[in-house]
Parts: sequence; structure tokens; C-alpha cells
Amino acid sequence: MRKLSSDRMSELFERLDSLCPLYLPGEKDGAVSFVRYEQGVDYAVGALNTVRSAKDFFFPQVENIAAFRMTGKKIEILENQNGNEPFVVFGVRACDAASFSLLDQVFLSEPVDPYYRDRREAGTVITVACGEPDTSCFCTAFGIDPAEPKGDISVWLTDGFLYWQPRTDKGENLTENLTDILEECDGGEIKSYQDTIKTIANQLPLANLNLSYWENTDEKEIFASPVWDEIYKGCLGCGLCTFVCPTCQCYDVRDFDCGETVRKFRCWDSCMYSDFTRMAHGNPRKTQKERFRQRFMHKLKYFPENNGGLVSCVGCGRCVRSCPQGLNIVKTARRVSDD
Amino acid sequence: MTETLIPMIGVITDIRLDTPDVKTFRVVGRDGKKCFSHLPGQCAMLSVPGIGEAMFSITSSPTNKDYMEFSIKKCGCLTDWLHAMEVGQEILIRGPYGNHFPVESELKQKNLLFIAGGIGLAPLRSVINYCRDNRNDYGVLDIVYGSRSKDDLVDYREILEEWTADERTRVHLTIDRPQDGWDGHVGFVPDFVRELAFDTDKTVLLCGPPIMIKFTLQKLLEMGFAKTQIYTTMELRMKCGVGKCGRCNIGSKYVCKDGPVFRFDELDELPDEY
Amino acid sequence: MQITKTIKKLVSEGKADRVFGWKKGELGFDTEPALFTEDFDSVVYNSLCGANLCKYMINETKKDGTVLLLLKPCDSRGLQLLTKEHRVRREKIYALGVPCRGKIDVDKISDKGIKGMIDIQENGDTLTVVTLYGEQTVPRQDVLYEKCLSCVGKEHVGCDEVLSPELSEDTTVNDRFAGVTALEEKNPEARFAFWRSQLSKCIRCNACRNVCPACSCVKCIFDNPSSGMDSKANADDFEENLYHIIRSFHVCGRCTDCGECSRVCPEKIPLHLLNRKYIKDIHKLYGDGDEAALLTFTKDDAEPSVVYERGEGHA
Repeated sequence: MRKLSSDRMSELFERLDSLCPLYLPGEKDGAVSFVRYEQGVDYAVGALNTVRSAKDFFFPQVENIAAFRMTGKKIEILENQNGNEPFVVFGVRACDAASFSLLDQVFLSEPVDPYYRDRREAGTVITVACGEPDTSCFCTAFGIDPAEPKGDISVWLTDGFLYWQPRTDKGENLTENLTDILEECDGGEIKSYQDTIKTIANQLPLANLNLSYWENTDEKEIFASPVWDEIYKGCLGCGLCTFVCPTCQCYDVRDFDCGETVRKFRCWDSCMYSDFTRMAHGNPRKTQKERFRQRFMHKLKYFPENNGGLVSCVGCGRCVRSCPQGLNIVKTARRVSDD
Repeated sequence: MTETLIPMIGVITDIRLDTPDVKTFRVVGRDGKKCFSHLPGQCAMLSVPGIGEAMFSITSSPTNKDYMEFSIKKCGCLTDWLHAMEVGQEILIRGPYGNHFPVESELKQKNLLFIAGGIGLAPLRSVINYCRDNRNDYGVLDIVYGSRSKDDLVDYREILEEWTADERTRVHLTIDRPQDGWDGHVGFVPDFVRELAFDTDKTVLLCGPPIMIKFTLQKLLEMGFAKTQIYTTMELRMKCGVGKCGRCNIGSKYVCKDGPVFRFDELDELPDEY
Repeated sequence: MQITKTIKKLVSEGKADRVFGWKKGELGFDTEPALFTEDFDSVVYNSLCGANLCKYMINETKKDGTVLLLLKPCDSRGLQLLTKEHRVRREKIYALGVPCRGKIDVDKISDKGIKGMIDIQENGDTLTVVTLYGEQTVPRQDVLYEKCLSCVGKEHVGCDEVLSPELSEDTTVNDRFAGVTALEEKNPEARFAFWRSQLSKCIRCNACRNVCPACSCVKCIFDNPSSGMDSKANADDFEENLYHIIRSFHVCGRCTDCGECSRVCPEKIPLHLLNRKYIKDIHKLYGDGDEAALLTFTKDDAEPSVVYERGEGHA
């Protein structure tokens, strides 16, 4: 483990950014998001989670895949995915870091998604332990430890110091370039800081989320639960929860007519939208009830069935905070299981 | 293996008008060769830049090494465009996607009963021709095919001229309502299947509109067929073709990847949302 | 609670057979919109009931029976609009106005650096926020929604009954159009930069549209593949601008200024400022009568050339 005096953090950011582009949570017009580091950008140290999750780095909201030019009966394919330059993300929380493993299950399983894979390879993730977990946090329900975040490098920000622990080869390689400003230290110094986090994390109101009903009940039985008839009623059918969610990975592939060429791009999609499953001859999910049910069945039942029991939620609490009508995954999981 | 979602270019080399609203398109690569090999029941994504992209079952048999065929019903934005196309037009194609009918395992040496309604013949045609081309690997082939009218029977000429030529292949056609110049059976497919009183020693491949599937399945079960004997092929909205974009699931199964071919006992395990 | 009593009474009198209101949320202090057919004791109405429920009536009044709807003063204007535009069957609603003294924006409490909230207690003008890290007090006025700080008014409109209107309190601290005036005072470049920067945060989640009582099209142009305008992502860096500009034009003259668009925006884009600019202009050019200015013609209406005249003033 290494450390750096807290007042030298901007020096660290300068150094990182000189190695490759650095992104970190910063405030923009009243909302915190990951921004490109530059002089004058303040690291939003107090913000727990960005509005959008860190999935953007590997699975961006919009990405171009190819372009086509049509001339008469001929089509020309112009590929325009650029190579991915290395980058560093600082300030990813334990929950978002865990979400990458869930996205890996989807995008790195056969056949591998090359766009995602390339970005994963290009990015180095520096996580920061959550000094003050918030009300909406429930990562511990999924075995995620906010005091011991994963990633290529883990960082703890205590009162006077930044503690730095590389965890992967990528993390070690990056650290090699920083040994002059990061001095070696004994990891024991963060123990009490971690203990405080754990004490708070265990008291959080949503942390006791229990998914044993979901694990042990047949998907058809959960699907048929009468709770679905009621619980969706407040749902606006917007895509807010899906778009801020770090594990939602459904996408659309669309064309954008640029005049001379047609650009094919991939963008986030939401199962909450009415056109998600609409076909020329009908829609298997006709009302918001079916769409709402799909989102939670996918996260809590279908995804685990296809991925060795892994639940597609990391307890980041974004849906808890952001849903305009106070709906969220915890509420749904609990009500359906009558917990 | 990776999936870039970037299609290859296909050229339409032949267009056949099968019914008033179904055309069969023959597609090869720019080099004049078949774009890729496939198995019976598998699908491909066809697209036209700026118009749309959709999944279609490959109608031709894998035994055809020269080209692929797609029988496409005109029913939306993309299919309207395809129907307006001329020979020589290039389109975009990627695939093959999905699983296939188990022609080299469960179906081998079996008597097969194909039941199709309307455009539902498209995916079955691939299997039927595969079996005909490997005739000794399969028992008796019964093909029940129904449509709204005589004119709506897809591939009618092939059915009359080629399929009926083999004595171990029996073709049973029906149309919904009586029509001048039709002396065959009149009535809906589910009832026709019941009337034909098939032995239950057959494996069934069933494809058609949801309502026809529902009632035919009911009749088959009444006749003593088990769900483990009946296969169907599903269609839901798809974007990626590889089980990642998240929209074609029935419960935990993705139609594009785990399907489109399902056995009814497998579908029984899944929520009824298709 | 008086509301519960009133609800029970109205239901027993046959005025309604179900209730659209709020109930306690998962965190204990939050609330969520909910439909009640029984268990009216779990209807909650407090300072955390920020959501406007009127738009749910579009679907709810397609069903049989009568629904008792709880409405804050600003919400009642939304119902009035939906009624005027024939989006709801007004006769299937029993509109019960409930008093309002401004609603609390939990995000504003968080913005003060307060984490780990487990309870919010109101004592007059002060809030005691109980957190896992200890208790803190916050002036109530500091953490009210933006929409409450420049409230359209505490008068209910078009309700069948208004409960305890004397409990409503004016929480307006700003001139309602102060934000608009501040933008108008900027030069066009600065104003353009302001909106470009704000709108670039948009994630196209459609929450603003879906919550808006004036956005009641059966099929929104942005969802309609045949429109050529459908999109669910910003395929280029002006699409989100286009989306918001078109949306605000479409609700222009119909917007009730309920502030829901800004309340629901996860990126905190001050969308109400777009709508409020139109309201300010309409008031100035057409007067602030009840008539939908853009749907009505009078001989005194501003001539189209007003655009040029006003534009010059800002050049």
C-alpha cells in the first residue's frame, strides 16, 4: 500500500492525466458526473455517486458502429469505430466497480462484444472507498464491501491521506509511474476508517434486503404474482431508472440519416419504453405492468438464472434516489416477496 | 468469437412473387457465393440502411450451397421497402443466428409431421427440403399446410411439383374458405390436423400465427401427442441477434440465442409472455 | 388524520370507490404515488408528497367507477388542463384539494452534505434531519423544491372540495419570473451557452415528458417511428436540444407551471425556465387571462412582426 498527503491530490490528478486521459466525478451545472480532468476541475469528493453510473466508460449511451453510403443499388460500408486509447477513471465506487463484472457477463460472453471488450482493456479503474454510505445505499446486500472496493486500484480517502492499493497488473503498471509521489506505507492505517464504514453500512435502511424468495421461487410463479398488478401503477414509463442504472445493459441498434450516409449506432434502450418489444404485428408486453415486471424479473430472476446466481443489481441506490415517483428495486423485490 | 453487429453486403439475385403479399428473395454475397452456412431453423438479420433491420428465418435449406432464400411477408416499414426492391439491389445481411431444428439428432430416423399456417411455412421449408435432400435419414414426412386462400399458399408450385413427387412425403393442403378452382380441403389447420388423425409416432414441427399454434397444440395434445414431441419456432423483436440487447426474452431465454426453435415442454417452463 | 377521515367519509358516501394518493415509501420518510381500493389508513399526505398525481387520471378514468384524487394547488391546475383538453373523464374523478405549504426536496438536503438520512421531522419552519451520522437541523425554506419557491399560487382550481385551505402557506421567495429575467439579461451567446451546457446533461430518459400534464399525446412524436423524429438517444449533440425545444413549444400556452419537469430531472436541468419564459411572454403579449392564448385569436393579438422587434432589442 502507498499513500499521499490529501493536500497533494491535484498533483496526483495532474500526473495521472499526463499519463493518459483522466476522468473523475465533478460537478457540472448542479449535477455530478464523470468529467474529463483539467486544471480547475474539482474532484467532487463529497458526492457519493454520480447521476449516471460509470458504465458509460465501457458501454456508452451512444456509440457509432458503422456508416453506409447507398448509391443506386449499391451499398458501401464505412466502418468508423475508432481504436480505444488508454484512459483512467478515478473515483468509481464499490457498487459501480461491481457492476462491471455483471456487464462482463453479458458483453464478454460468447460471442464477445468487441466494442465493450476494447474499452475494458483500455480503461484503468481506480475505485474510492465510501467514507459515508448514504441512505439509499444497499451494496452490502450483494456482498459488496464499500470499505474494500474492487477495481484495478483501490483508494481510501481518510482525513489527512489518500491511501492507494493496486490490485491488478494494470493497477501495478500505473503505480510504477507514480512511485515518486506515492510513498509506501503500512495498510494498517486504514483499518479504523474501514471499520467505521462497515458499522454505518450495516445500519442502512435498505441493507437488509433479502432475496431468498427470489432465489428459491420458480420464475413462472414470481411472474404470476398478483403484486405486479398493483406495484407498477405509479410508474411513469420513463427510462430514468434504466439509464442511471449501472447494470442495465439493454440496447437498441438504430440508423441515423446523415444525408449522404446513414450512420448505424448503438444506444441504451429501456424495457420501460412501449416500443421496446413492439413488432409489426403486435407487442407481447402491451401495458406498463408487463414492462415494469420485465425490468425487475430480468434483474432479480432471469439474469441470475443465466449467470450462475448473480443478481443484476449492485445496490448503488440510483433508482432509489432518482425515480420521480419513489419506485425502486428494493421496494419491488420486497413487495413481490411479501417481505 | 466476436459479434460486431456490422453486416456484410448481400445481393438480391432473384425475386419471386409467391402470394399477393409474400415474396421470396434469393441472396448471395458480392462474390456470387452463399453469404454463410446455416442450419435449418436459423435466422439472419437483413437490413437496408436508414430503413431498418429485422430478423428473418432462412427459408432455403442448408443443403443448398449456392444461395440463401428468404420468404418475406409485407407487413411493416422494412418489408415494404424490400417488396419494392428490384433484382441486383444490395442489402445488408448478418448471421446466422439462433439454434436450429435438431435434424441431426432428435429428428433423425423419425416420422415427421410439419404443420404450417400462412407465412409459417417459411422456417419449415428449410427443414422440409433438408430432410428431402437427406431422404434416407428420415421416415415418412407429412406436411399439413393451410392458408387464407389458394393464392396465399406460399411456395405452392414447389409443393405441387417437388414435394408430392416423393411417395414417402404426403402433403395435406387446406384453405380457410371455399374458393373457385379449389377442390382440396377447406377449413382451419387445427381442425384439419384432427381430421387427418395422425398416429402419435411422429415428431411435430409447428409454425404459424400465434392463434393457429395455440389451437393446433391443443388438438395435438387431445390426439395423444406429448409436448416433448412438438417443436415450434418463435418470433419476437430482436436487435442484436446474440442475446445481449435484451428484448427478445421469454423469461430467462432469449429467442435469438436460445431459440428460435423450442420444444413445447421447454416453453412450458417459461412465463407466458410471447 | 383529517384527510383519512375525509376519504373514508367520501368513499362511504359513494362519491368514489378508490383513491389516488400517496403512501409511505421504502425509506420510511419518502412517499410514492399509489392507488388505494381499501386500507385508506395508509394514505399519507405530508411535506414529501411532491409528485403531481393528475396525469395518472388519463388511464385511471378509462376504468369503471370514480376515483378520489388528492390534489395540491399546483396539481389542480394540471387536472384542469387535462379536463379542458378532454384527456380525462372529469365526471369519474372526485377532486379533493389538499393544503400545501411547499414540498421538501430530499436532494437539496443531500446537497447540504447531509448523508444517511433515516427520518425527517418537521417543527414549523425547521426540519430535524435524523441521520446515521447524527441529527442536523435545516431551515425548511432552504430545502423546498424550486417549484415551491416560485409557486403559481395556493388557490385550488376546479376541485370538488378543498380540505383546510387555511393550512396552505405561501412559500414563494422569488419573483416567479426572476430566473427568466436573469436569462433574458444575458446576451444571446451567453444564453445559448447556458442552454447548451444544461441540455447537454440530458440523458433522454423522458421523465420530464412522461410526468408533464400538458404532454398528453397518445403517441409522442419522439416515440413514433413514422414521424421520422423518433429517437431514444442523442444521436448527435443537438438532438437533446431539439427534443427539449420542441417539447417546450408544444406545451407553450398550455403549461400549468407545476414544475414537475424540473423536479423529476435526474440531471437537474432547470426545464421550467423554458416553459416559464413562454408564460412570461404570453402574459406580456396576450395578457394573463385564462384563455389558451395560442389557440385563441383576437384583433388585439401581437402581430408576428413582434418577433423581429423583440429580436432586435436583444441583438
